[in-house]
Amino acid sequence: MASVAHEGHGHDHHGDHHHHEENFISKYIFSQDHKMIGKQFLMTAVFMGIVAMILSILFRIQLAWPGESSDFLSFFLGEKWAPNGVLKEDMYLGLVTIHGTIMVFFLLTGGLSGTFSNMLIPLQLGARDMASGFLNMLSYWFFFLSSILMLVSLFVESGPAMAGWTIYPPLSALPQAVSGSGLGMTLWLFSMTIFIASSLIGSLNYIVTVINLRTQGMTMTRMPLTIWAFFVTAILGVLSFPVLLSAALLLVMDRLAGTSFYLSDIIVGGEMLANHGGSPLLYQHLFWFLGHPEVYIVLLPALGLSSEIIATNARKPIFGYKAMIGSILAIGFLSFIVWGHHMFVTGMNPFLGSVFVFTTLLIAIPSAVKVFNYLTTLWKGSLILTPAMLFAIGLVSTFITGGVTGIILADSALDIALHDTYFVVAHFHIVMGMSAVFGMFAGVYHWFPKMFGRMMNTRLGYAHFWITLVGAYGVFFPMHFVGLAGAPRRYYDYSVYADFDSASGDMMMDLNIVITMFAIIAALGQLLFLFNFFYSIFRGPKAPQNPWNSNTLEWTTPVEHVHGNWPGALPEVHRWPYDYSKPGADTDFIPQDVPLAEGEEEH
Amino acid sequence: MEKLIILIVVILGAIAIAQLVRVYEISAKLRKTGEHEITSRDNNLNAKMMLGFMFALFISFIYLMATYGWTGRGIAASVEGKETDWLLNLNFVIIIMIFFFTNFLLFFFTYKYVRKPGVKAFYYPHNNKLEMLWTVVPAIVLAVIIILGLKTWNDLVAPTGKEAIRVELFSKQFDWTARYAGQDNTLGKYDYKLTTDNNELALLTTNTIDSAINNMMNGSNGISKIQKLLNNRDTILNDSTSNALRQDLSRKERLYRLLAQMKANHNAKLDASAWDDIIQKDTLVLCKGVQYEISLRAKDVIHSAYFLHMRAQMNAVPGMPTRLKFTPSMTTEEMRKVKNNPSFNYILMCNKICGGAHYKMKMVVVVKDKAAYKAWIASKKKETFKDKYFPAAAPAAPVAAMADTTMAN
Repeated sequence: MASVAHEGHGHDHHGDHHHHEENFISKYIFSQDHKMIGKQFLMTAVFMGIVAMILSILFRIQLAWPGESSDFLSFFLGEKWAPNGVLKEDMYLGLVTIHGTIMVFFLLTGGLSGTFSNMLIPLQLGARDMASGFLNMLSYWFFFLSSILMLVSLFVESGPAMAGWTIYPPLSALPQAVSGSGLGMTLWLFSMTIFIASSLIGSLNYIVTVINLRTQGMTMTRMPLTIWAFFVTAILGVLSFPVLLSAALLLVMDRLAGTSFYLSDIIVGGEMLANHGGSPLLYQHLFWFLGHPEVYIVLLPALGLSSEIIATNARKPIFGYKAMIGSILAIGFLSFIVWGHHMFVTGMNPFLGSVFVFTTLLIAIPSAVKVFNYLTTLWKGSLILTPAMLFAIGLVSTFITGGVTGIILADSALDIALHDTYFVVAHFHIVMGMSAVFGMFAGVYHWFPKMFGRMMNTRLGYAHFWITLVGAYGVFFPMHFVGLAGAPRRYYDYSVYADFDSASGDMMMDLNIVITMFAIIAALGQLLFLFNFFYSIFRGPKAPQNPWNSNTLEWTTPVEHVHGNWPGALPEVHRWPYDYSKPGADTDFIPQDVPLAEGEEEH
Repeated sequence: MEKLIILIVVILGAIAIAQLVRVYEISAKLRKTGEHEITSRDNNLNAKMMLGFMFALFISFIYLMATYGWTGRGIAASVEGKETDWLLNLNFVIIIMIFFFTNFLLFFFTYKYVRKPGVKAFYYPHNNKLEMLWTVVPAIVLAVIIILGLKTWNDLVAPTGKEAIRVELFSKQFDWTARYAGQDNTLGKYDYKLTTDNNELALLTTNTIDSAINNMMNGSNGISKIQKLLNNRDTILNDSTSNALRQDLSRKERLYRLLAQMKANHNAKLDASAWDDIIQKDTLVLCKGVQYEISLRAKDVIHSAYFLHMRAQMNAVPGMPTRLKFTPSMTTEEMRKVKNNPSFNYILMCNKICGGAHYKMKMVVVVKDKAAYKAWIASKKKETFKDKYFPAAAPAAPVAAMADTTMAN
């Protein structure tokens, strides 16, 4: 790969090593080509996403019809975890925990940033490949291994991890407290450790590539916003994931080596532990030091993808390109000093709470800038509503809807009564879950022609979008009201409300049924996507080279993938990526590698 | 019901697949144009649907608000809760306006500016004034939110005075126990190592130290019992059992030494504040109009004391004392009238995942008016910790009550 780093100077010598025949294993399995690795990430993440979605349907059935026998549950969980088709309390917690873990880490971190950073960074920067193809391959295989371990943990006898995806000790440290804190939690910790290694290797590779392998003329301020988003995401990952590793490592020590980092003065299962002096709050600080940047690790790539897609399909430059970069950087920076807003009622010093209120609410400013810039980009555009564009617009909507409730939760005084209720669940599912998933779908529909050289079916794409949009809003919008009525999250059965406040109880049960119905509809809607996706890979119509008339460099590569991306010389960049509908031009787009015309000014 | 759901799922699935095939066939005919060329018909249809979706979203939001109430939870039942509810309402007004305004612009623009033949997009890369506008305006709104929020927060977490009534909430998997400070309004000190069957809350007195030491040495799983098992020549223990016993023994010997130290350093004057404490299970009884300083403790894992109707919440953390405060402002009877529900009760719920039966971990809270509360507390006078568990212990030395509630350890 050393030759790659010197591209842009001499182009003559690489024609030879692109033509060597690759065998099946080096092409499809242990591939070092960024495009193939991106696709591997996507496939693995789609599979993990399906698993996590099925888990969510399983516990949604319990929430809507508590105590009723379900063949669906007994089919998936068997007699052990769903005797007579009724979910066990412990397994309910297990399902919730693994659903959260897979969705946050495996689908939205590995799947989103792993897929699109790999796919797009070299292609949009005009590089032959990532800085290190081998490390890139290693990053995928670590991801794969950690996925397998996480799936295996679902099948161990004592059950998967059951302490919530945040795995707060002491619950996660004490097998006596809940059965999932035995082997299941050990597997969770090992899986996440490997995942973190994968993420770190990947992120370092992305950063090095963005800094060093940009083609001639691709200055930092000519990079597409996708690349800016991936770049900042990678930096966040490098700075925050090691902290999660340290949190996990200390937890492993408490569990296996008898240390007392997180344990103090505990009597569990009738047994008086001698551990003294540890603090569960230490874990929470370490966890959320990753946990909050993680939200933006999930969200920024989605925002980057949608910026590109909205500009392309509005046939307009993204409004306020520099402000968009500035807001990505501001969000990235602020994300490191807000973690305490998850801990207002944990016993953390209240003064510290005030500081976190201040920093957290500041994030609303760059977020508002982004939203208004999107809106102005749409204004007086000439919108082409491809499925990708619809998903990108849907993302802006969920980013707003989920974002505004964050203003309430960031306010410590108001968080007291809403902390750990369904209001929080609704908030982060809309702003982080839906937005990121919409960004991912938008990305898949938009770059599918680049990934597989074929087109996806547009009509199925539309049907998928509408079912997903309606279904997802149908799930998470009523959930705010369940939370405002005071329903704590991670409750197995809300009919306990009948004992003391039957009116609230009835409301929760009614809305829970509505929510589950929408969840089932939304889940079935994903079948359309899966069908479309796999069908089109093999049988979709052949894609033209630049199907969306886009400006960025990836559309100057041939449809058939070649090793090294461009068969001849690397393209040179002469302009920013958003020259859409520029006055005086013949077409409504001018690719980045087209030199400035006589007398033409850069934007 | 379950069968019905499965039936619906199957039908929906079948419809989905049928649609899928049909849609594919239709689109196959249209494929002449290529999948990347979006027809005007598709474009306009989706634009209209976006606008339609906006109306559906707004209408269902208004419907939900109308049906389930502005914030769904009824009025606050504490002085502090009234304050935060006012702030919550203000914040809701702000964010709902933003929600309607920006979502309207988003969907309306999508509808209005969908591609029309002959109309070119307006090249408009940036405008510093506009960007300034939507940096400064949100900043000003947020400044107001932050200032009001922090003012309220500071009130909520400020220390209480001596007159606040001290109550402790002790949490374990999966129930709550309340401890009233008794006549002296001082909670007795505790140490988890003192936990015995007779002293579940591990209160610190001369007698409880003795009984804990005795229990550690001679109890059913005590040190002497384990030693006897290990030293018994007539039985052969397999390796894992004997290792487990040895570990158990060394842990207990360590705890025993710590207890012995505690006994040596114990100040008998502290006993009085523990002896008069009143331990109360099942129901937490509170008095209207009186401020409460509530200390929280956890025995095993993290729990969270969530007083939904009082808008108060704080985690109970093993090894770390935490606190919360509130002043009940409505009796249970008054709230029943407001809610028009004679069986309504205030509740204390656990709101931090703590194991399988997490959802059942709750305690009924009853708020009485001053007269009724006085009568209730008077009825508890003869049910102090000492009366109930150590009636034979030496009478407590009459030590003046100290407002110091810091815990031993």
